This record gives sequence, structure tokens and C-alpha cells, in this order.
Amino acid sequence: MSTPETEVMQQPATPAGPMIRTLMGIAMLSGFLVVLTYQLTKPIIEENQRRAIEAAVFQVIPGAVARKDFVVNETGVVAVTAENPAEGIPIYAGYDQAGQLKGIAAKAAAQGYADIIYLLYGYEPECQCIRGIKVLKLAETPGLGDKIITDANFVANFDALDASLNDAGSDLANDIVTVKHGTKQNPWEIDAISGATISAKAVGKALNLSAKALLPKLAPQVEKLREDPPRQPPEQGEEQVN
Amino acid sequence: MSKIGNDNITWGTFSEGLWRDNPVFVMLLGMCPVLAVTNSAINALAMGLATTFVLLASGALISLLRHSIPKQVRIATYIVIIATFVTIVDYAIQAISLDLYNALGAFIQLIVANCMILGRAEAYASRNRPLKSFTNALGMGAGFTIALLCLGVVREVLGAGSLFGIDLFGPRFEPWVVMILPAGGFIVLGAWLLLFEWLKQRKERLELEAAAET
Repeated sequence: MSTPETEVMQQPATPAGPMIRTLMGIAMLSGFLVVLTYQLTKPIIEENQRRAIEAAVFQVIPGAVARKDFVVNETGVVAVTAENPAEGIPIYAGYDQAGQLKGIAAKAAAQGYADIIYLLYGYEPECQCIRGIKVLKLAETPGLGDKIITDANFVANFDALDASLNDAGSDLANDIVTVKHGTKQNPWEIDAISGATISAKAVGKALNLSAKALLPKLAPQVEKLREDPPRQPPEQGEEQVN
Repeated sequence: MSKIGNDNITWGTFSEGLWRDNPVFVMLLGMCPVLAVTNSAINALAMGLATTFVLLASGALISLLRHSIPKQVRIATYIVIIATFVTIVDYAIQAISLDLYNALGAFIQLIVANCMILGRAEAYASRNRPLKSFTNALGMGAGFTIALLCLGVVREVLGAGSLFGIDLFGPRFEPWVVMILPAGGFIVLGAWLLLFEWLKQRKERLELEAAAET
């Protein structure tokens, strides 16, 4: 009596008890396994992410060897410490060996061809320009969209991309725009990549949005960053929070 | 408990997934990752290994629990078990390499929806002893990984002029961009299917001719 037909007939006879017991048991087992893995891998993943950000910060700020994390919010620029995770737009200030401020890195994001492109860009207060970008995450077509990382001509756009503020300091003097390949004329324009126009435009859009939101707030606070290099007594950082 | 075939573990238990019932080239299961993440050999390899791990772990666990899972809730149980191991793989890859994790993107999580794994759980692991299911899953996983590599290698060589990131042809090679676009996945898959079907038919024809001669 083990033909498939008889098994189908017998099915309704299974009481609810074993079913609930099985599902509960499996759910508990799977919960335990997932939490165990999460706990085991959490410190490694956090370390990986911290290293990725750190490497990116030093890449987009030429000459930086030390970094300090801040956030920009209504109260100005606030140092972020382990004890004080402040809310706001996160920025990473990069300093050279002597504690001189070399530049500020910030995140930018915009919709690309396949998915949102996440960038980190380095802003240098002296020249009021963007000195480098680093793609943190993208899902663009390999070989096409990822030219925004590999194309030397495109990357050269960010040797000194103008991001100066207008006289009132309330907005960018000129919007950062991506222009058709070969037609770049002004320092605030990004020369697109032929064949990867959408991804190149997304980079321009991301930088423009982020710079518009961040730089007018950041510009008056740059002096504060200059006076607050890392490896100083922690009290100073805490004072600023208060 | 009804069982298919005998209970012995043979070479056939393992090799079934490699060739005769290859999940990609014969059963055409799990086409989503096959087409989506085979644009480079390293992505294909990572995806194959991740899927193999889920296949092995879920197959072994389902096989262990096969007598205590009531028929009515078996699919729900299988999905929970598979999802658990997919989550574990997801965390593990993040811990191993963020670059790899970013390259594979959403397709790690989508292993859970790979019909090959649920198909193996339902058709094999739930009816066979753990060791036998494990062996079979190993073969299926290896077959899946090899199939992914078949596509990944061709697409990377033609589409990017490199293999595992190592440049093969130098700067004068003009890559066939279409190969790394989704369309290239279909073209290469079609070419492989064509090749295997031709081999299969040739073998059958030769066998027929040999039979006719004797």
C-alpha cells in the first residue's frame, strides 16, 4: 500500500501537531544558524567596510594620511566618535603628516543605468574643487558602465573639477554637469564617455546633488576642520559636540 | 517511504549532475544566475561555489529530517532551510570580500529562488539517505559550477579579452562588448546547448550504426 495514490489519500490524516512542531523546530534552527553566522561575521564585515571607506578616502584626497569623521548638520560640523554617533551628512576630513587639512571626502549617489551608483569624492577647500572620485558601489554593465572607474580620460575630469560657490555662498556658482564626449569647455563640466553616457551622467548628477547640499553648509566650517586634526586630545572633539 | 533506485552510492550518484542530468545544460534549471552573473569567470566561479554550498547544506539537512517533515508542510520547510543557508552564504561572502559581494549583487539572495535547489530537495534529498543526497548534491553543484564557468570563460575572453582578470590579447584586441551584455549570455548559452545536443545526437547515431553493423 505504498503507491502514490494511496499516499495522496492519506495526506489529510496528518494531525496539525507534527506540522506545527516541524515548522517551529525548523524556524528555531534556522534562526539560531542565521544569528550565529551574523555574530561571527559581523566584526569581519564591519572591518571590511571600514577599510573600504578608509582606502577610498585616502584615494580621493591626494596627500592625506590620516582621517577624522565628522557630520554636517544644523549646528555646524560635529566630530563623530565612538561614544558620540551624531546625526547629519557624514564627511571624512583628510590630513597630512603635519596635521594640515588636505581635503574633505563625502558620499554622493545617483541612479545609473542598472542601479544607484554610490561614490565618494574628495573636495579641496583651497581650490574649491573636486580632486578625485571613487566608486563605492555600482551595478553598471561590466566593460561599459564601469568605464567611469577605468577610463583614464574620464577620471582626468576629476583632477580639478570646479565646485566653487557663488558670491553669497548659498549655492554652487555653476552646476556640475556632464557634457557630450569631446565638448568639455568649462572647469565645472564633466566630459562624458561615449558608450557609457548614462553612467557618466549619473556621476555628474550625483556630484552636483551632493555638492549643492553639502558645500554651502560646509564652507563656513572649514576653519573648524583645519583646527581639529586627529590625534589631538579627545576633549576638544567632545567640546565641539556640546 | 518510497525510494527511487537502490540505496547504494555509486559513481553514477555523483556524476549524474555532472553530465547526464546537468542542471544547466540538460535540465535547464536555475537560468537566472546562469545568464546574469556569468559575465566574468571569477563571478561565475563564486556564484557556482555559493550555490553548491547551499545545495550541499540544504540537501544534507533535508535528507536528515526527511522522516519527520509532514508532506503538507514540506515545501515551506524546504524554503526556510534553503533561505537559512543562503543568508549564511550572503554573510560569508561579505566577510570574505566586499568587492566580490558587490559584483554578485542581488544574485546571492536570489539563490533562494533557484529552482534547481528546491528541485533537488523535493526530488532527491527528501527520498534518499543523507550521505547519498550529499554525494548527489556535490555532483549537481559541480555540474552547475562547471556550466557557469563554461559561460563565464567564453564571455570574459570574448567580451573583455581577459581570463580571471588576466589580460590575454594585449591592447590591440577589440572586445566584443555584446558578450558581457545580457544578450551575450543568451548567445553563449545557446551555442553551448547546440554543441552538447550535436554531441549527443552524434553519439546516438554512432551507437545505432554500430548496432546495425553487428
